[in-house]
Amino acid sequence: MIGIEHYLVVSTILFVMGMLGIFLNRKNIIVILMAIELILLAVNLNFVAFSAFLGDMTGQVFAMFILTVAAGEAAIGLAILVIYFRQRGTIAVDDVNRMKG
Amino acid sequence: MLLVGAEFIAALLVIVYVGAVAVLFLFVVMMLDIDFAELRAGFMKNLPLGLLLALILAAEIIVFGVMSWSSAGAGEATAVVGPQQGAPSNIEQLGSILYTKYIFLFEAAGMILLVAMVGAIVLTNRKRGGVRIQKIADQVARRPEDATRNTQPEVGKGVEL
Repeated sequence: MIGIEHYLVVSTILFVMGMLGIFLNRKNIIVILMAIELILLAVNLNFVAFSAFLGDMTGQVFAMFILTVAAGEAAIGLAILVIYFRQRGTIAVDDVNRMKG
Repeated sequence: MLLVGAEFIAALLVIVYVGAVAVLFLFVVMMLDIDFAELRAGFMKNLPLGLLLALILAAEIIVFGVMSWSSAGAGEATAVVGPQQGAPSNIEQLGSILYTKYIFLFEAAGMILLVAMVGAIVLTNRKRGGVRIQKIADQVARRPEDATRNTQPEVGKGVEL
């Protein structure tokens, strides 16, 4: 029987993988964006699991909202990435210091 | 998520992530044309420490968060129930609250998507020179006097352009 702990453990593992992706990749913005998507997916999984566990549909509605925000964030982030690459010719995070005061 | 009866969210996640986000990422990776080997330098340096920290974090969350919470609660009540027999389907339930109770949330989600779309287009759009585009104002402003010329050529001679 699959309990809610199983869902929570899977979600935790996904979340930690996302954190690890951000920590290990200090240079590639694309991988950082993907890691953020992974973290949002983990939170989504938590929402849906608790929604089913508590018998309340609100969690699924909120999961849809998170999905929307994640998609918009990915679109805007990649658009910024594209214009940044057009300007500089690189996407290394370490080089993003042009706006340094 | 299919197991707990959230069919709509499950289908939505697959469609959005595979159809939209993954294709978007692939498109940008294709468009940017980056040397990924250079970006991957220093990956191995941080790997052991990062892996250790990640394992510690995951173990802490699982042990102290999930397990202690589930053992504190009612032990037999933690099983996630699937859809009941005879109950309205997941999509029906979701729609019945999404379009009534959470209609403003729904519209806000649509607004966010619209703003994201407009923002992405505005950010990546650029004026490029040397492209022949239709200029409607010029076409409308063109008069017959400017464009044509009446001539009376003699027989056997052509018209100088």
